[in-house]
Amino acid sequence: MPKWADVILIPLISILLAAILSAMVILAIGENPWAALKLMVDGALGSTYGWGYTLYYATNFIFTGLAVSVAFHARMFNIGGEGQAVLGGLGVALACLYVPWPHWSVALLGATLAAALFGAAWAAIPAFLQAKRGSHIVITTIMFNFIAAALLNYLLIGALKVPGSMEPATAKFPQAAHLPSFQDMFNWGDTTMFRGAPANVTFFVAIAACVAVWALIWRTRLGYEIRSFGHSESAAKYAGISPTKIIMVSMLISGGLAGMMAINNVQGEAERLVLNAVEGAGFIGIAVALMGRSHPFGVFLAALLFGFLYQGGAELALWTSIPRELIIVIQALVILFTGALDNMVRMPLERLFLAMRRA
Amino acid sequence: MDFATLLQMLDATVRLATPLLLACLAGLYSERAGIFDIGLEGKMLAAAFLSAAIASVTGNVWLGLMAGIGASLLLSIIHGLASITFRGNQLISGVAINFLAAGLTVVIAQSWFAQGGRTPQLSGDGRFSSVTLPFAETLRDVPILGPIYYELISGHTPLVYFAFFMVPVTWWVLYRTRFGLRLRAVGENPAAVDTAGVSVVFLRYAAVGICGVLCGIAGAYLATALQAGFTKDMSAGRGYIALAALIFAKWRPWHALYACLLFGFLQAMVLRSDVVERVLGFSLNGQFLDVLPFILVVLLTGFVGKATAPKAGGEPYVKER
Repeated sequence: MPKWADVILIPLISILLAAILSAMVILAIGENPWAALKLMVDGALGSTYGWGYTLYYATNFIFTGLAVSVAFHARMFNIGGEGQAVLGGLGVALACLYVPWPHWSVALLGATLAAALFGAAWAAIPAFLQAKRGSHIVITTIMFNFIAAALLNYLLIGALKVPGSMEPATAKFPQAAHLPSFQDMFNWGDTTMFRGAPANVTFFVAIAACVAVWALIWRTRLGYEIRSFGHSESAAKYAGISPTKIIMVSMLISGGLAGMMAINNVQGEAERLVLNAVEGAGFIGIAVALMGRSHPFGVFLAALLFGFLYQGGAELALWTSIPRELIIVIQALVILFTGALDNMVRMPLERLFLAMRRA
Repeated sequence: MDFATLLQMLDATVRLATPLLLACLAGLYSERAGIFDIGLEGKMLAAAFLSAAIASVTGNVWLGLMAGIGASLLLSIIHGLASITFRGNQLISGVAINFLAAGLTVVIAQSWFAQGGRTPQLSGDGRFSSVTLPFAETLRDVPILGPIYYELISGHTPLVYFAFFMVPVTWWVLYRTRFGLRLRAVGENPAAVDTAGVSVVFLRYAAVGICGVLCGIAGAYLATALQAGFTKDMSAGRGYIALAALIFAKWRPWHALYACLLFGFLQAMVLRSDVVERVLGFSLNGQFLDVLPFILVVLLTGFVGKATAPKAGGEPYVKER
């Protein structure tokens, strides 16, 4: 099969299948899929406000999608992006609350470091258990999602809560830690774009992360080792690559990337740490990585699509009787078709291309 | 703590352990046959929804149970297609099934009943009622044993007895029948089973099917016996706790029972935090108790001991040509 078919055609067909089934679900609950799509496009892409939300969500998904991708390259499945992003949020909150930053750019640097450190730390234990004790990484990372949620809940009703307040949330971060939003950046006198939308400077950090991950995976010795380990563990071992090292390093990078999502949603948007701040973005990372074929550019495109779906879905829930959970259905279908049922599309296509070559 | 309170706690343990046990045994069949299943949660949730929906529409809980099993089986077939027929990644398929159930149940419930993603409250024949075992009333006054029989053993819904009955049945099927031997073999070394002329595909589909039926019963139990109706996300991580129990039990049926009873007891402690506080003299954090099963499993099967999954688990079987 030619490369373009593998990289473009198969994902496109998979997404088309997911889209058709989603349309059938919308039809089945008595709504018009075409009208729904138009509403979503209008709501998510029809104004700079809509774009501001779409790009904000996409920023989250770029980080979690990259996180899952890096683990995929080492043939590991990191379902723990959710928990790692929760811990990243904790790191950002501690950095923003307890360090007097002189300027937002330094604060961004410090918070990014804290987020990555906390996220990586949360991935370290499952990685260690996988490398040394044979516990399955998928099971441990799932469990760590639950443990992270409980830990955050415990801290937000205890040590980190504002004294006297009933709300389980930290205090608001100081003004110096405020990241410039798109509204601050794209403001020329009388024309203010992205008014009120949460997209912020983190979007550019996410793009930088895409480039960095691309360079790491395809342009460094470590990336080469990660990929060879992912292709064949025994061959990598034979070539002198340490499995323990690759499992640990790739999971630490993965956890760090997932944690870095927190600079967008915690420092950039909420400017304080609240319960359930991650909102399932860690899981959407799975769909994004699968759809993007674990390539940073693919992840970027897939994250944009999911950002659109997320913002469009919110608009749908606002204007029609279609609940927001429809997005979860679409997400599930994308994971199913681009991930689990990949061969369902691939096998007949391979046969088709073989037949064409013979002819 | 007096005797009556202890019995109440244990009674709650039994009720809360039942869905865990059914899901855990479901996972046991599937994983022993070499098909990892992290979609237990989703299958339970789908079954909980459809059983409650059908029970509320027809007023017959048994029809609800059948519908619940049907919903769970359908998801099992998707899992089987993805992981057996199309040799896809079993874990990814499980994740997809969990999200599919989490999303579809709310979307359908909202358009069907328009009650914010829940089904109407079930009552009367729409719910499983408890069974009073023979002589429970007459033996009630016998000291110690009487209350144990009356409070703890009698007075549960039929599904509870079914779940506990499934433990010896599963043991017998796995270790005393030809089917069970083949099932275990296909999870360890499918090539050997294939060489012996037994169909790997059939065995794995059978295991996934049994898993679907048991998950369906677990879900129906949640919505029509433990509670009265479906609410959004009502499985609340039970599928994952069942998975934890399965690892804790190292994929063995009797140990699965003990693990599920232990985790059920932890859930009963959350439910009766007043009792726990009275006995211990201080209150335990409910959040902590909720995730204690996971912490226990990570500590005891990760750091201290070791739990080795069936060898061929997670790997699609490809016949050599």
